[in-house]
Amino acid sequence: MRDPRRLRLVGLALGLLALLLAPFLVDALLGRAWVRVLDLVLLYAMLALGLNIVVGYAGLLDLGFVAFFAVGAYLYALCASPHFGLHLPFWLLLPAAALLAAGVGVLLGAPTLRLRGDYLAIVTLGFGEIIRIFLNNLNAPVNLTNGPQGITMIRPIEIAGVSMARPVELAGLTVPSLHLYYYLFLGFAALALVVSSRLEDSRIGRAWIAIREDEVAARACGVNTRDLKLLAFALGASFGGVAGALYASFQGFVSPESFGLTESVMILCMVVLGGMGHVRGVVLGAALLVALPEALRYTGPLQRALLGSVYIEPSDLRLLLFGLALVLVARWRPAGLWPSPVRRRELAERHAPGGPESAQ
Amino acid sequence: MLGSIYALVALGYTMVYGILGLINFAHGEVVMVGALVAITAIGVLGPATGLPGPLLLLVALGVSVLACMLLGALLERVAYRPLREAPRLTALITAIGMSIVIQNLAMLAWGRQYLSFPALLPNEPMILLGATVTGTQLIIVALTALAMVVLMGLVNRTRLGRAMRATAQSPALASLMGVNVDRIVVVTFLVGSALAALAGVMVAGYYGQAHYHMGFMLGLKAFTAAVLGGIGNIPGAMVGGLALGVIESLGAGYIGALTGGFLGSHYQDVFAFAVLVLVLVFRPSGLLGERVADRA
Amino acid sequence: MMPTTRRTTIALLAAALVAAGCGKQEPPKPAADAPKPPPELTVRIGMAAPLTGPQGHLGKDVENGARLAIEEANAANIVVGGNRLRFELVAEDDEASGTKATVVAQSFVDRKVVAVIGHMNSGASIPASKIYSDAGIAQVSPSATAISYTAQGFRTTFRVMANDSQQGRVLGEYAVRQLGAKRVAIIDDRTAYGQGLADEVERAVKAAGGQVVGREYTTDKATDFRSILTSLRARKPDLVFFGGMDAQFGPMVEQARTLRLQAQLMGGDGVQSAQFIKLAGAAADGVVASSPGLPLDKMPGGAAFADKFKAKFNTDIQIYAPFAYDATWAVIEAIKAAGSAEPARLLEALGKREHRGVTGVIAFDEKGDIRGGGVTLYSVKGGAWQTLETIGGAAPAEAPAPAPAAAPAPAPAK
Repeated sequence: MRDPRRLRLVGLALGLLALLLAPFLVDALLGRAWVRVLDLVLLYAMLALGLNIVVGYAGLLDLGFVAFFAVGAYLYALCASPHFGLHLPFWLLLPAAALLAAGVGVLLGAPTLRLRGDYLAIVTLGFGEIIRIFLNNLNAPVNLTNGPQGITMIRPIEIAGVSMARPVELAGLTVPSLHLYYYLFLGFAALALVVSSRLEDSRIGRAWIAIREDEVAARACGVNTRDLKLLAFALGASFGGVAGALYASFQGFVSPESFGLTESVMILCMVVLGGMGHVRGVVLGAALLVALPEALRYTGPLQRALLGSVYIEPSDLRLLLFGLALVLVARWRPAGLWPSPVRRRELAERHAPGGPESAQ
Repeated sequence: MLGSIYALVALGYTMVYGILGLINFAHGEVVMVGALVAITAIGVLGPATGLPGPLLLLVALGVSVLACMLLGALLERVAYRPLREAPRLTALITAIGMSIVIQNLAMLAWGRQYLSFPALLPNEPMILLGATVTGTQLIIVALTALAMVVLMGLVNRTRLGRAMRATAQSPALASLMGVNVDRIVVVTFLVGSALAALAGVMVAGYYGQAHYHMGFMLGLKAFTAAVLGGIGNIPGAMVGGLALGVIESLGAGYIGALTGGFLGSHYQDVFAFAVLVLVLVFRPSGLLGERVADRA
Repeated sequence: MMPTTRRTTIALLAAALVAAGCGKQEPPKPAADAPKPPPELTVRIGMAAPLTGPQGHLGKDVENGARLAIEEANAANIVVGGNRLRFELVAEDDEASGTKATVVAQSFVDRKVVAVIGHMNSGASIPASKIYSDAGIAQVSPSATAISYTAQGFRTTFRVMANDSQQGRVLGEYAVRQLGAKRVAIIDDRTAYGQGLADEVERAVKAAGGQVVGREYTTDKATDFRSILTSLRARKPDLVFFGGMDAQFGPMVEQARTLRLQAQLMGGDGVQSAQFIKLAGAAADGVVASSPGLPLDKMPGGAAFADKFKAKFNTDIQIYAPFAYDATWAVIEAIKAAGSAEPARLLEALGKREHRGVTGVIAFDEKGDIRGGGVTLYSVKGGAWQTLETIGGAAPAEAPAPAPAAAPAPAPAK
């Protein structure tokens, strides 16, 4: 019998090693495009973790989350590109993006405190669109955002004078730019994960869950629902803001069309499909929903192998299969792919002792 | 004008929501299918039967209503019924998934190009009470009003309607009272889809075009209208739809004059959403909605 | 627990080995698959455009145009450097999204395409261009018109369509001088394309002595334009210009007619399509629109292209297929001229060569913009587009405005 604690430690170390080696492994086995997908998975994991605070913990259905992503991205883009000729360093811009997004989050949260459920959803959706429309139109009379043309030539992040946009030689090993971004994003995603899971177990987290379950009861128990809801909006938004700033530097280009409603809906799907309120599930959801549409590009060879020739063009089939996958996952795992233990128990209870009525 | 189409689509959202508490995000796609089926029906039946324009349109409308009812029933049976006990947001995911599926199937079936809807009705502008209107516009308004009257009658005056209202209040109690809940839900989807088909044919006929992606924006606007009016509330959907139509054209036409030229028509959607937010801040359950306690 | 751990260990060992191995072969691969002497050599050309979503029909148009060129090239049995080339089109859907575009671009680099036709949208072409530039792969967009696309200092960005400023200038001047419009109203759809073109038209109208009496806006998803048309009608414009696509312009023209808006209606290349006439019906008559390049039916091979396209795909040309076809042939001609399908040599030849395509002479200036790209104006008569006249074109030394002096041409982007 081995000490289970030591075993866990070994497992943790191995997991960490796997995460560190992942970009090289993926690059060698699948190609560099998949390293880019990996980078995006981490970025979306940050976004999904942010939204998870609002939707998963506090139970506030937010359909405009992409607005915070946009705010962070534009802050970085405007302050680190030739558009205004500004080149502020990233260590200043990242906290600024978090703060600004949090501020916008509070601004959005304040008038919507009384709204519930779908009314809140539609108002947040409206806010998301309003932010996008302003970004799209503020090129006249004064050219603030360059309108629909977007902002080009955004500077990549530089750490100690080393640009992340170029490969770095490290002890005889060339680390390409995409790998560098992977490590950067991994660091921030890990931070988001730790903050999220610490919050879940804190007084604040429990108060949020109380609000989610029953707002009136929570207030009766002395929970300051107003401040806590605003806090959820602000914290969730700040994750989105940081992710946005990272995205701007990663892409080198931002334009308003990247911040549409479908993006908000996708992030919400990551949270719900992964397992609302459960950080690991949410990360899994992000990984699945980012990687799946990319994987479905390669159904051509599969068709050839199974059916002899390509009957339907992969590009025609790709989103169809993606939609089907959403439906099927929701059907077979209604609580999400990896629900939190508490939630799984609740669902089981609701079904077991003579639930309201039989499902079919 | 656009308002009456929003209202028809919003009715579909609101009825399903009222009974199941489910936002049927795929409802806009049913509208799209309705429009495309009608175009195909006209294309096939027109040359084959040589019917005169208005009659042909009526037949095409019938075909499209039937097709959409079938689609609606299928949606309910395949996608939503298995999830009736699941968390609400999971059903939302299914709805989004189904919307993607229907859209891409339509893309494969009807092709990617915009299809033009033949002008089957007289479209000569005429002056009525000082406003320029066309025959099509009059027909749309009349049909919408008719559809709403019929629907109100159905919900408030018939046995079926009573069963629907009972199910909306409590499915469990309704089933104890001998209501076949599954059947009521299917009927709700059938009625909602028939209205969607009507809206689809109208919108395609009015603007002369249809496309596999048209349902998305229309569905979103209609959902907004349903919420504005108070979701789950049938008169609310109508009021919300009409109000949204008016707000939008006001925003597009007069926002420049209202703000002294500071904001132009590029802020029309901002204007629409701002009105929505204001309404909901002061009336958190929509224009005609009742207070409902619910959770996300 | 045990078996899992052991399996993980083995996997990680393998990973470490692979990682160590790939560390060495990391520096930019020269993709030196040209000099090998098998009789048949597969050459992959990438194509990226939105194949789903609201612009799916336009993206498919690009794909079809490129596919036609590829099939012709394969039928022509092109031999380069002793190898018979077999071209393969790798078509990917970028969903008109900048984020997806970069993943697609990276996957093209992984799959060793020698050049890319695309992307269709400026918002996708621009973020992807950095990846192609880093990999040294030529990117020829059939349709991205944003000025900034070729202004980033990359050697690898090309386009076969006149940019917003080239086309907007022709449209604005034509409106004022030839059509005699003194009072011009402008509508745009707030997309990168529509707004970019509309701004350039506004500038040109003012420069030509016209007056811009109104500027209204819509979106690329709208179908109802009565409010903005009514408010423009009050300002009595001689001409209304729309920067946007045919799917909006069709209903807009019809609504303008029912509202009795007495003004010449005009659009850019986004509306110069067969589809526009179908959508607008009888109301389309008299509408003027431009398209970069020369009229297809006047070009050698142009009519044949249109026939072949119709026969093969059984659908109308939307807008971009001829441009995608020319872009693809430009790449193939460059391979022939370079005597190699190696990206670096292809790139060099592409910048220098010129060839006669179905939309005009395809030759690039030092930024990668089409050189002296002519713009042709059309108007609808009797349910079909009729050529009015071609402005510019053929003569490469036109255009004093785009001032090529300040171009950051030779800056090695790597």
